[in-house]
Amino acid sequence: MNEFTWTNFAKIASSTLSQMLGTATPVALAALGGLMTEHAGIMNIGMDGMILMGAFVAAAVSYYLASAALGILAAMVFGIVIGLFFALFTVKLRSDEFIIGCALNTFAMGITAYLSRSLFGSDGIRGAAYLHNIHIPLIKDIPFLDNVISGHSLFVYLTWVLVILMWLFVYRTPTGFWIRASGESPETLRTAGKDPEKMKWVASILCGVFCGLAGAHLSLGKLNGTFVEGMSDSRGYIAFACVIFGAAHPGKVYLAALMFGFFSALGLQLQGIISSDLTEAIPYVITIIMMVYVVVSGQRRREHLAKQQLKKLELK
Amino acid sequence: MTDEIRFEHISMEFPGVLANDDISLSIRNGEVFALVGENGAGKSTLMNILYGINTPTAGNLYVRGEKVTDFSPKAAIDRGIGMVHQHFMLVPSFTVAQNIVLGREPKNAGVLFDNKKAEKLTRELVKEYGLEVDPSAEVRDISVGLQQRVEILKTLYRGADILILDEPTAVLTPQETDELFEVIRRIVREKEMTVIIITHKLYEVMAISDRVGVMRQGKLVGVENTCDVDEKKLASMMVGRPVLFDHLEKTGTPGDVAIEVDDLYVADNRGLPAVRGVSLSVRKGEVLGIAAIEGNGQSELLEAITGMRKINRGHVTVCGTDATGKTPGEIRALGLSHVPEDRLSTGVDKVASVSDNLLVGKQKEKRFNLFGFHQRRSTVDRYAEELYEKFDIRGAGIHTEVGSMSGGNMQKVVVAREFSFDTPVLVISQPTRGVDIGAMEFFHTRIIEQRNAGAAILLSSADLDEVFRLSDRIITLYEGKITGEFKADEITKEEIGLYMTGTGEGAKA
Repeated sequence: MNEFTWTNFAKIASSTLSQMLGTATPVALAALGGLMTEHAGIMNIGMDGMILMGAFVAAAVSYYLASAALGILAAMVFGIVIGLFFALFTVKLRSDEFIIGCALNTFAMGITAYLSRSLFGSDGIRGAAYLHNIHIPLIKDIPFLDNVISGHSLFVYLTWVLVILMWLFVYRTPTGFWIRASGESPETLRTAGKDPEKMKWVASILCGVFCGLAGAHLSLGKLNGTFVEGMSDSRGYIAFACVIFGAAHPGKVYLAALMFGFFSALGLQLQGIISSDLTEAIPYVITIIMMVYVVVSGQRRREHLAKQQLKKLELK
Repeated sequence: MTDEIRFEHISMEFPGVLANDDISLSIRNGEVFALVGENGAGKSTLMNILYGINTPTAGNLYVRGEKVTDFSPKAAIDRGIGMVHQHFMLVPSFTVAQNIVLGREPKNAGVLFDNKKAEKLTRELVKEYGLEVDPSAEVRDISVGLQQRVEILKTLYRGADILILDEPTAVLTPQETDELFEVIRRIVREKEMTVIIITHKLYEVMAISDRVGVMRQGKLVGVENTCDVDEKKLASMMVGRPVLFDHLEKTGTPGDVAIEVDDLYVADNRGLPAVRGVSLSVRKGEVLGIAAIEGNGQSELLEAITGMRKINRGHVTVCGTDATGKTPGEIRALGLSHVPEDRLSTGVDKVASVSDNLLVGKQKEKRFNLFGFHQRRSTVDRYAEELYEKFDIRGAGIHTEVGSMSGGNMQKVVVAREFSFDTPVLVISQPTRGVDIGAMEFFHTRIIEQRNAGAAILLSSADLDEVFRLSDRIITLYEGKITGEFKADEITKEEIGLYMTGTGEGAKA
C-alpha cells in the first residue's frame, strides 16, 4: 500500500466516483425502462436478457457497418421488437410474467452465445466501431471534477437527460398518467375510455428500447466495441432491484443505480486488499441489504403512521 | 317527456348464462328510473350494455333515437352517458382532480398535463353542482362517501347527461344516502339529467325514483310508476312469489351472559388501532347487533372474539372461560360457532364439495371415522344430505363444488355447518351480504330460531334494516369505540345513523 497522502486520496476518490458513474449507467438505463413496466403493473424480470441481446445487436451491427450510431439505432429498434414480443406474451396472451421473463433471459444467453460463436468465433465480437469518450470542454480544466465527470461515454450524459425526460413523461404527461393508471387500476382507465392494454404495450416497448440502449452502452460505450458472452452480468436483475428500491420514480431509481455503481467501484478499489472474489460480491450483498431496507422501512413507516393515527384519535 | 334510451329485444348471453333475455325498455328524458332485482337478475349486465362494456348478442339499443352500433365506454361517454360503478373506478394514488380528468386531461403547450387547470376545472364543477370535495387530496385518503362524489363529478366532467348509478348506497351511511339523493334530485331538476339507479333496497326505490323496472332471472318482469306500487309488491315481483317479512316472533327471556368482552384493543392489518377499548356482553337468548359503517372496527372485533386476530389488550370470555389468546379451534371448543364475514376466503373451501364443507369441524367425531383415520364416506354423505334438505340448499347435490354455487347457496352451506354445531354462542357477520330476498328471509328465520332456542348471538351487518329486524339490543361502533347502546325498539334508523358517524351525542346535546 502507498503511504496516505491527500493527492493519493483524491486520485482514488475521483477514480471511484468516475467508475461509479460508468457502472451505474447501464443499470440506470435499463431501470428507466423497467420503471415503465413496473408502473404499468407488469413484473419484468426479463430485462437482463433484453440488455444482453441489445449488446449483441449493437456490437454486431456496428461491426459490420462500421458505425457506432447505426449499432445503437439497431439496438433500439431491436428493443422495440423485443418489447413487442414481451407484451405479446404478457399482455395479449396473458402468460405468466415471471416465466416469460425467465424464458427471455435464458433464450438471450443461448441465442447470443450461438450467434456470436458461429459468426465471430469463440472470442466474441472485437473491434466494432465504438463511442469515444467525451471530454467536456469547461470541466476538463477543473482538476477533481475532470476525473469524475469528464471522459465518459456519451451514454453517461445521455442518461442524465433521459432521467429528466422520463420524470416528465411519467408524472407530467397524460400518457404517463394512463400508464400508471393501467397498472394501478386498469378498469378505471378502461371506463375512462382508454385501453389499459395499449398502455401496457407502450410501457413494454419503451422498456425494450431502454434495455437496448443499456446493452448498446455495454458493448459500444463501456467495452469499446466488444461483445462477450453473458456480458449483461445480471445487470437486469440489479436494475429491477433499483426500480423497486426507487419506488419506480426516475430520480430515485437513478440514485439507487448510483449506489450500486458506488459499491461496485469501491469493490474494485478494494481488490488489492481483499480477495477479488469477495469484492465482486459487494454490490450484490448491498443489493440484498437495500431490498431488506425497503421492506423494513415500509414496515417502520406503517408503524409510525399507526402511532400518529393513534395519537390523533386519543386527542379527539 | 321523450324517450332518452330505448332497449329493443336486447339479449346478452355469456358462455352458459343468458344474463339478459329479450329485454325491451324505454327510459324517459329527465326521470329517475330505478332498476331493481336480486343478485344475478341481470341489472348490471343491462347497464353495462348501455355503458358499452358489454356488446349485446341480440337486439338493438337506441340513445336519443339513434341506433347504437359501436359498443365501447368511449363511445358511450361521447353519447353523454356516465356510469358510477358499484366498485369505484378510481386510481387511489392520483388526486381527486387527476381522477376526474383522467382520459381527458387539460394540457399546456399541447404536451404536458396541466395540474392547475385540472384543479380549477374540478373546483368549477364542485361549485356548479354543490358537491364539496378537495381537488388536491389523494383519493386513497378520502372517505368512501367523498369517493362517490368524485365518481359523480367525473361523469359530469365528461359531459354526461345520462347518469347510471350501480348500487350507489351500498357503502353509504343513512346521512350520506340522503345527501346523495339530494344531489340526484338537484341534477335532475336543475340540469335536466336522466338518472338510472340500480339497487335492491326497495325503500330507496320508493324514496327517489319516478318509475321502476323489476328484473328477475335475466327478464324484465314489469315496469311501474313508483307511486302505483309499494315495497311489498316490488319484493314479490323480484322473487316471483309473495314475500312474508314481518312474522319474526321473538320469544323467551335473556339468560346468563355467554360472551363477555372487556376493554378490548385490536389492530387492523396495517397495524392501525381498529378496536379501541370495547366492552360488551351478550346473554343467552338474545341478539346483540352491531351497527357500524364498514371499516370502523366491527370486522376486527369479531375476528378477535373468534380467535382469528391477535388481541393487544383486554379480555374475551366465552361461556365463562377466558378465551383471550386462544386459537379459533380452542374457542370453538368452548361453545362458539362463527359465520365469517367473507364466505369466499374464510367461510368455505371453494374447491371442495358441499359434503366436505359441511363436515369441516366434525371430522374427529366418532360416527364419521374409523379408528381416527378412515373416513366413513357413506355416513358423511348421509349427514350432508340431511343438512342439505334441512337448510334448503339448492344446487346439483352434495358432491357439487362449492365454488360453483351462487352466493346465497354458498352462504347456506356455511350457515348449515355452523348452526349444526348447536353451540350456545353464535358470532354472525354479514349473514346476507350478496344474498337474494328469498334466501335472506330464510336466514332471518333461522337466526331467530336459534335465538329463541337460547343461543347468544352477536351479529354484525352492513345492512341496517337487518340489524334492526334481528337484534334485541344494538350497539354502534365508530372508529373502534362504542358510541351508543340501545334497545332495538327504542331508536330509529336515522338516530342510529348519527351515532354511526360519531355525531350522536353532539346532536343530542
